[in-house]
Amino acid sequence: MSGHKSVAPENRTVIGLTFGNSNSSIAYTVDDKAEVIANEDGDRQIPTILSYVDGEEYYGQQAKAFLIRNPDNTVAYFRDFLGKDFEHIDPTHNHASAHPKDVDGTVSFTIKDKAEEDAEPSTLSVSEVATRYLRRLIGSASDYLGKKVTSAVITVPTNFNDKQKAALLAAANAADLEVLQLISEPIAAALAYDARPEAQVEDKIVVVAELGGTRSDVAVIASRQGMYTVLATAHDYEFNGVALDKILMDHFAKEFLKRNPSAKDPRENARGLAKLKFESEATKRALSIGANASFSVESLSDGIDFASTINRLRYETLSRTVFEGINRLVDSVIKKAGLDVLDVDEVILSGGTAHTPRIATNFSNIFPQTTRILAPSTNPYAINPSELGARGAALQANLIQDYEADDIDQSTHAAVTTVAHITNAIGVVSLNAAGEEIFVPVVPAETAVPAKRTVHVAAPKDGGDVLVKFVEGNTHIKVTKPEPKPEESKAAKVEDADNSDDESDFSDEEEEEEKREKVWKIGNTLAEAAIRGVKKGGKVEVTVQVNADLSVILTTREVGAQGGVRGQLSA
Amino acid sequence: MATPIVVPTPLLALPEGWTAEKDIKTVGKLSGATQRTIEPVGPYFLAHARRARHKRTFSEDDRIQAQERAKKVENDEDSEISEPEDPMMLARDAKDWKQQDHYKVLGLSKYRWKATEEQIKRAHRKKVLKHHPDKKAAAGRTDDDNFFKCIQKATEVLLDPTKRRQFDSVDEEADVEPPTKKQLQKGNFYKLWGNVFKSEARFSKNHPVPMLGDDKSTREEVENFYNFWYSFDSWRSFEYLDEDVPDDNENRDQKRHTERKNANARKKKKAEDNARLRKLLDDCSAGDERIKRFRQEANAAKNKKRLEREAAEKKAAEDAKAAKEAAEKAAKEAEEKAKADREANKKAKEAAKTAVKKNKRVLRGSVKDANYFAEGDASPATIDAVLGDVELIQGKIDPEEIAELASKLNGLKVADEIKSVWKAEAARLIGAGKIKEGEIKAFTA
Repeated sequence: MSGHKSVAPENRTVIGLTFGNSNSSIAYTVDDKAEVIANEDGDRQIPTILSYVDGEEYYGQQAKAFLIRNPDNTVAYFRDFLGKDFEHIDPTHNHASAHPKDVDGTVSFTIKDKAEEDAEPSTLSVSEVATRYLRRLIGSASDYLGKKVTSAVITVPTNFNDKQKAALLAAANAADLEVLQLISEPIAAALAYDARPEAQVEDKIVVVAELGGTRSDVAVIASRQGMYTVLATAHDYEFNGVALDKILMDHFAKEFLKRNPSAKDPRENARGLAKLKFESEATKRALSIGANASFSVESLSDGIDFASTINRLRYETLSRTVFEGINRLVDSVIKKAGLDVLDVDEVILSGGTAHTPRIATNFSNIFPQTTRILAPSTNPYAINPSELGARGAALQANLIQDYEADDIDQSTHAAVTTVAHITNAIGVVSLNAAGEEIFVPVVPAETAVPAKRTVHVAAPKDGGDVLVKFVEGNTHIKVTKPEPKPEESKAAKVEDADNSDDESDFSDEEEEEEKREKVWKIGNTLAEAAIRGVKKGGKVEVTVQVNADLSVILTTREVGAQGGVRGQLSA
Repeated sequence: MATPIVVPTPLLALPEGWTAEKDIKTVGKLSGATQRTIEPVGPYFLAHARRARHKRTFSEDDRIQAQERAKKVENDEDSEISEPEDPMMLARDAKDWKQQDHYKVLGLSKYRWKATEEQIKRAHRKKVLKHHPDKKAAAGRTDDDNFFKCIQKATEVLLDPTKRRQFDSVDEEADVEPPTKKQLQKGNFYKLWGNVFKSEARFSKNHPVPMLGDDKSTREEVENFYNFWYSFDSWRSFEYLDEDVPDDNENRDQKRHTERKNANARKKKKAEDNARLRKLLDDCSAGDERIKRFRQEANAAKNKKRLEREAAEKKAAEDAKAAKEAAEKAAKEAEEKAKADREANKKAKEAAKTAVKKNKRVLRGSVKDANYFAEGDASPATIDAVLGDVELIQGKIDPEEIAELASKLNGLKVADEIKSVWKAEAARLIGAGKIKEGEIKAFTA
């Protein structure tokens, strides 16, 4: 037996797993469709919390409830500690639960997990805690599926290093789980959307905003016919769900004090604080669904009950700093990728905080209207953001479950995954309505090679002999000042061949502001080819194939005709 | 392949006079590329990995994938029907369906308990298409629906999970006979027995079932295997072999009697089956080289400990003995040495005594030789005085000084010289304060 557990493909029962800092979820596939499993409490988002009461182990929502009454023996927010030294962890979120301790550099928790009254508390390393938690998750999944779950694909943040991954693998193996593959969270989200039957295979730039409880991660992904390349990522530990909870906690604590001037501040008392937090989180969730939410806690401080309500507008005003922080984060990562918001075709909101309607609305203001914002409040067909990771993982697990562990290792080896991505787009020259030469992209920039793309381009109206001019192209952002000549703006609009669909309302509404447009610039000429005698109203098929060694094969012919012209560019 | 994107804007018209060989001119090359990591996720990445690892081009890969897909479909269609039908089987009477091999009837004898419901349904359909009585009627044989009934019965049994289990329980065709001694001599122990347990594993309620493994299995795996199999939890039951099936027409007592009889028979058969499995395991473990090896290793480990302990004890005893001997020896030596020392001391003392005596004689002799420093015969008073001084000096000095003095005096014959030596000695002693001035009578200067 080698270092890692492996199960023969025919004996596998696979699931997809997100093991988050705040919540985890499990998914499996039926008929190639991913379904998220509810645990025995009926939760699909299972809080990543373990609690011990009189030797009984509780996890998930039940354990979360114990944060109020039994915080010392409740472990929460431990995922990010895996594979890290004590020096490098951020224990902020563990303030109201078991505190991490330094045992020879490894992060540990001291927990009373035995039934006997006078038993010594045990010292559990974070990896042991993770193993116990994963064991519970696997247990619920096995109960649900009626079969022992043997293997899983687990999602990890893009900035998980090798040591953290190794620690996670070890913890999973110790829980008797074979890890088929660790995949990045944003990619899992993208896969969950792209695996929908109605999804189209296309070339697009996707921004995945993974907004969780304790961290926000944003990634820019080049999705090229279903192949994903991460172009840039950003991570933030301040603008997150906990920050939103904090805002509500402060708001309600102040209101409580206003109503009960003689009472003690509930935030100064551990139990009061825990109750505030618990209820604030529930209120935050309610505000994502409805416009009003109530808040009520019994015996918040000094035995005084407290009940109040808040509307969404108030909440959004209070939380503006957090929302703006998230906006800035998204903006910065797009810049980091060397792109502009106009380049982004799709924004996927993932994670629990992504339910917040305001965040999605903010995004639709940042991005042009052609960009699809995939969040429940902006797109009725959006998948539940909390489930994206688990679904993607389950789909990937379903894809690779028939492969031997060796095969998976080899296919995910750097030799296979590291490939050249072309810097400039390759396309052909076409004419716009104004008779100007414009660029029609065939293979977009940042496409992994080898790649092959085919487009059909209309021939000149009257047919006849046609020149197919293969060129490289790149984009730049054209900024038009408030009083443009109407013709130019119109021309530029058509020029934007990619997003020419419906930008008219956009330009009408925002007449006052300066206009920014993505414009293709024609670069080097690669080749010229001639197609003779094209029929009237005919189309020309243009195929560009870029090989792994960066040599290019160009073929073009009239659609429906035989033969054609073929040329090759050496690398 | 996805349908290509259609671009509505027209291409350029060919300029006048544009010519090129084969109508294409290549001008530039790609301006560059960045190495990036693609995420190993999704179906399209799998395709990419497949192409990269097998070094296939797009079209090759498409073709091979298509071929593989096509082949699979063909196999599926083909496999079940490909089993030849035994003419004896075709002539079976549907009445004794209990004796028929349902899998064989459907042409699934190579799948047996492994056959999926899907396969059974498909096989059933194929067989029905072939053996439907209407088809036989068309061929001129009317009322020949015997085999068709067999097929229906087989399907009825196999598609009902409970009945299928009952039939699988007694499906002897699926059993693998334990290897004989002769076979074991020639064949591979693990492979032969492994097949037996693989087939027996189908009865297990618990999965996964640990397998026999091979020569390299660890002790833990082997123990796990035998532990599991010795406490094997089997779903095997023997309802299928009931001799009488209670009939609604019979009276209540008769029915109960039959049921009891059946239950007893089943219990008996179950016990027999358990015994059979135990026997299998006993036989297998008896021939299992690994167990012997582990036992030897364990023994060796145990013996090793014991031997080590014994060796340590022996060594300790020897060490103690050696230490004791050494101590005794040392004591003895010390004693002997002390004795020798004592004797030597005694001798030396005696020698010193004699030497002193001899020297004293020399001293006295010297004054006598010098005739007591008197001219002519010395008067007794002079002799007395001289000898008194000699005695006095002798008494005051220790044996070494006596010896020194004796050596100085030895050989001296002249009275003056002798006297001067004595005088010097007397003066030295006075100087040292050992003798008072007045005491010396003869040797005063």
